[in-house]
Amino acid sequence: MKQISLKTILPPAKAVASPTLAIPVAPGERELRLDLFRGLALWLIYIDHLPTSVLTWFTIRNYGFSDATEIFIFISGYTGAFVYARAMSDRGIIVASARIFKRVWQIYAAHILLFTIYLAEISYVATRFENPLYAEEMNVLDFYKQPDVTIVQALILKFRPVNMDVLPMYIVLMAFLPLILLLMRKKPDLTLLLSVGLYIATWEFDLTLPAYPDGYWYFNPFAWQLLFVFGAWCALGGAARMSRVMSSRFTIGLAIVYLIFSFCVTLTWYIPKLDFLMPLWLESIIYPIDKTDLDILRFAHFLALAVLTVYFIPKDWPYLRSKWLRPMVICGQNSLEIFCAGVFLAFAGHFIMAETNGGAWMHLFITIGGILIMWAIAWTITWYKGVAEKSGSRQPTANADLVGGGP
Amino acid sequence: MRASTRTRTKTAALAALLALASLIARTSAFAEDADKPACDVPSDMLATDTVLEKAAAQVKSSHQLDITVVGSGSSTLAGSDGAKAAYPARLEYYLGQKLPGVTVHVATDLHMRQSSEDVAPDLAKLVKDGKPTLVIWQTGTIDAMRSIDPDDFRSALGDGIDALKAAGSDIVLMNPQYNPRMETLISLTTYLDNMRVAAQERNVPVFDRFNIMRMWSDNGDFDFSITTHSQTLARSVHDCIGRTLAEFVVGAARLGPEDPPKEQK
Repeated sequence: MKQISLKTILPPAKAVASPTLAIPVAPGERELRLDLFRGLALWLIYIDHLPTSVLTWFTIRNYGFSDATEIFIFISGYTGAFVYARAMSDRGIIVASARIFKRVWQIYAAHILLFTIYLAEISYVATRFENPLYAEEMNVLDFYKQPDVTIVQALILKFRPVNMDVLPMYIVLMAFLPLILLLMRKKPDLTLLLSVGLYIATWEFDLTLPAYPDGYWYFNPFAWQLLFVFGAWCALGGAARMSRVMSSRFTIGLAIVYLIFSFCVTLTWYIPKLDFLMPLWLESIIYPIDKTDLDILRFAHFLALAVLTVYFIPKDWPYLRSKWLRPMVICGQNSLEIFCAGVFLAFAGHFIMAETNGGAWMHLFITIGGILIMWAIAWTITWYKGVAEKSGSRQPTANADLVGGGP
Repeated sequence: MRASTRTRTKTAALAALLALASLIARTSAFAEDADKPACDVPSDMLATDTVLEKAAAQVKSSHQLDITVVGSGSSTLAGSDGAKAAYPARLEYYLGQKLPGVTVHVATDLHMRQSSEDVAPDLAKLVKDGKPTLVIWQTGTIDAMRSIDPDDFRSALGDGIDALKAAGSDIVLMNPQYNPRMETLISLTTYLDNMRVAAQERNVPVFDRFNIMRMWSDNGDFDFSITTHSQTLARSVHDCIGRTLAEFVVGAARLGPEDPPKEQK
């Protein structure tokens, strides 16, 4: 996520002249930093979905408050606004909205596909696995003894199995993108203000979406929309206007201090012996750091990461085009497919680990193998898009989809 | 399998060597139960800063230790003698061994299929009636299975801990079992984290059953993913949990003979 903000900042530089309506259009040129960091976020989400292992220690959630989800949602808001706002200017509101809803439909279909795979796994475990040690846990399968209820609840996005929380939120956020863009193109700052207002209202009045069989959505869209809208705001000129503030010494210093603070706090979670260093008054202020409602500390952590990323990785950073970072970049460019592949691979990985009881090496093998598969899929899709584009006639549209497509 | 055989051979060789050198007979546990899995746990997984003062005081003053295990389905085993093989009974046995001359009594209070929120209000009464000096509260599994709101889970834990403290007993929290097959069906991470936070806020130790079992699985002590009707695995796991928990309680109450050997500073 941090990385995403980098991108955010850079594109605006060109758009400064007409900040309000400015859509930083650099025809034919992709903001590779966005792709890179979204690709990274997708890999990290995959690793975080697997059981804890050595590689988990490389994921950012262990070093601060925020994690890959923030990056993913922010970049999605940014690219979504970037692509579809241009489409609104070029082709009109109706056509652009229709394209957004087509995207929403694709994400929904992807969610249902993953749910089907999940059902298959559950059914397998339910019929094959028996062990008196886990008599209690087997009761979780009771939910699946009423498929009439469970499947309908999944179709209306209320039942979200393990690791399938992000897509429903994404569906909701994308569905509101036409409205967001409509407002944002006229009054960007007011739109952001409304978003902040909704975020505050969420905390004040406990706005939530109910889940099945109990509880609430793990990612509360009422709160997380802030990051999405903020991404859109940055894409439509906000980042450009903020670029001076963002790169000022004071801001950079503040970001570094905050990241260090956040790192130290995180450290006390993993090394309980250090806990005595955490003053009680501080604990009572900052805890709990709520992921469901996008705690302000998480948001701030993401911002700090973003500020530093934008500062230290320029838009024309030569490594962005290096072949070593290419796998990450193309994964980021095909984010929906790679996200779904990641969720599926995490299922499969759990399954293989349970079947083989393979230990740490198997774990490592699955983690790296999964990332290689994600890369292979991304490469294949990119290759196919290239072929299709060459032979196709509707070049500009295809290109726009490519750019904006993967939320 | 192969790995554990190798480990065992190595351990046996090591033990012989140590005996020859007439060093401390600390490894006698291996000789005693050669067939049982080692299920050793590194001491840092069992270390806690919190001292179970009430339990320690009871042991010192009246040579008695009354514990109640409050738990759900994973605190017992099926079958007519299941309870005898489950970890609370094994805890009683191992505590008796570790604390010679102390009468240890472990009662079990099962709340099948009840979430933390369901159990918390009953805890004060439980201490009043049974007068345990230590309550081991095993919870979180049902909350995770029902995907109870994590905030509600954490505040229920807080309420329960406060009630137990007010009623005058020490507390140890125990988290859910590790289950490789269920990782994609039950999302435990959030609940493990929230339990850790709730415990940290109130200075209560957590017996990290999840990570201990996970370590046993990684080490090859147990294969938790096998399909079986037999109770053998379940009983041997509960025995190991009972033994480890006894070590944990003795350490947290600072009752061990060589107790703070690793208690630096």
